[in-house]
Amino acid sequence: MNLTLHVWRQKGPQDKGKLVTYPAKDVSSDMSFLEMLDEVNDKLIKEGKDPIAFDHDCREGICGMCSSVVNGRPHGHQEKTTVCQLHMRQFEDGADIVVEPWLAKAFPIQKDLIVDRSALDVVMQAGGYTSCHTGGVPDANSQLIPKEIADFSMDAAECIGCGACIAACPNSSAMLFTSAKVSQFAVLPQGKAEAKVRVLEMTKAMLDEGFGNCTNHYECQEACPKGINVKFIATLNREYLKSFI
Amino acid sequence: MAVTGFMLVCFISVHLLGNLSVFFGVDAINIYAEKLHSLGPVVWIFRMAILLLFAVHITFGIQLTVENSSASPEAYAIKKRLKTTFAAESMIYTGLIILVFLLYHLLHFTVHVVHTDAVSAVQTLVNGRPDVFTMIGKSFNSAFISIVYVIAMCALFLHLSHGLQSFIQTFGLNNGKTQDTVTAIGKLAAIFYGLAYIAIPLAFLFHIVKI
Ligand code: HEM
Ligand code: FES
Repeated sequence: MNLTLHVWRQKGPQDKGKLVTYPAKDVSSDMSFLEMLDEVNDKLIKEGKDPIAFDHDCREGICGMCSSVVNGRPHGHQEKTTVCQLHMRQFEDGADIVVEPWLAKAFPIQKDLIVDRSALDVVMQAGGYTSCHTGGVPDANSQLIPKEIADFSMDAAECIGCGACIAACPNSSAMLFTSAKVSQFAVLPQGKAEAKVRVLEMTKAMLDEGFGNCTNHYECQEACPKGINVKFIATLNREYLKSFI
Repeated sequence: MAVTGFMLVCFISVHLLGNLSVFFGVDAINIYAEKLHSLGPVVWIFRMAILLLFAVHITFGIQLTVENSSASPEAYAIKKRLKTTFAAESMIYTGLIILVFLLYHLLHFTVHVVHTDAVSAVQTLVNGRPDVFTMIGKSFNSAFISIVYVIAMCALFLHLSHGLQSFIQTFGLNNGKTQDTVTAIGKLAAIFYGLAYIAIPLAFLFHIVKI
């Protein structure tokens, strides 16, 4: 396949940045999107040019490092797929592809497609933990948890923290991320001890880090590579109200 | 936002019920208006409460919009709309249209300083009561006034078509099973409010209800 890429290039946090056009020739349709970028970079390096900087790690859709807005959609147009798992067969030969970084005030651009997502860590540190006993290892399943509750918690815990929800949100709100992190603990007995503090601290950290407020557009759910449902946002709101009782 | 939004919805529901009495003849709405006025100070307490609601809702609405646009200062070269709606994206604009309309509406039917020829009808007594019915009817016989009201009610419809499901979500009353139903009911209810309010000016404009 032959493609034309329009990639966001920005030398550093202070640089203005712009879209630069690159041809991607003889791309195999079996390549992942990141492998395609690797090849473009190989060529740039051979020409003595600065390669396109992008985040990645596992390349199997589980770590949440990869992060690009492809043709106006975080992680590209394939549903529930990270951009590292997006394959070139999803594109038409000859297509124009626009690649941009996550855009949000809380995610300053470091270089090209790499943004600083440590704001999400700050939200997590504010309350994304549970207290537990030290000492001997407890027996597995010593605490009985109904299946639906375990499922609900696991569905929330599917969040890989990539930040696509923020990239998709017109308000750059981190509500889906925060709600998933709050919900995964809120419904479990282990999470009850800090339930009140957790929701208050995490939502506070979210706003302090410069994320916007949720106005229920639900763009996040559609963009999420793990299909995290906005029902968790309702759960967060419920936990938030409960914390005042 | 959600608390004041919900209370405003309660207000527009009661207000709509009262207004729909124009479809039950001259006396119905005149009796309703007379009753309201006879409550004296209670009416004023309600009016102040509603104005306060609007003020809080608008202040938070503007603050929310400012905060959110400062959280997302940069725009993508291309951005696909995935799930959101025109109504959701234009909440602040439809809200401001409603605000301007509200001021006009108060000047028109409450303070009686615009369209004085039409609203002067309220000075005549019919069956011993101020003739609110004819005041409304004469006003809406004017195409200009009717169109202004219809436009404003379209804005209200858009505002509610996002707002109704939004406050359910904000109050945390949703779960995975109710989400789509709540959104659908919110839209249907918004259509209902819109059509019911629009029916009043149009009924007079097209002489379906005669003065
Ligand atoms: C009859 C009048 C009005 C009613 C019934 C109403 C109702 C509502 C409701 C139910 C919500 C959703 C609340 C939430 O879930 O958080 C809302 C949001 C909002 N309203 Fe109003 N509203 C009215 C007038 C206004 C006015 C005059 C403004 C003027 C600025 C305004 C601006 C907003 C804004 C900015 C939002 C939040 C936007 C968003 O969720 O994206 N509204 N309104
Ligand atoms: S690189 Fe790990 S999820 Fe894409």
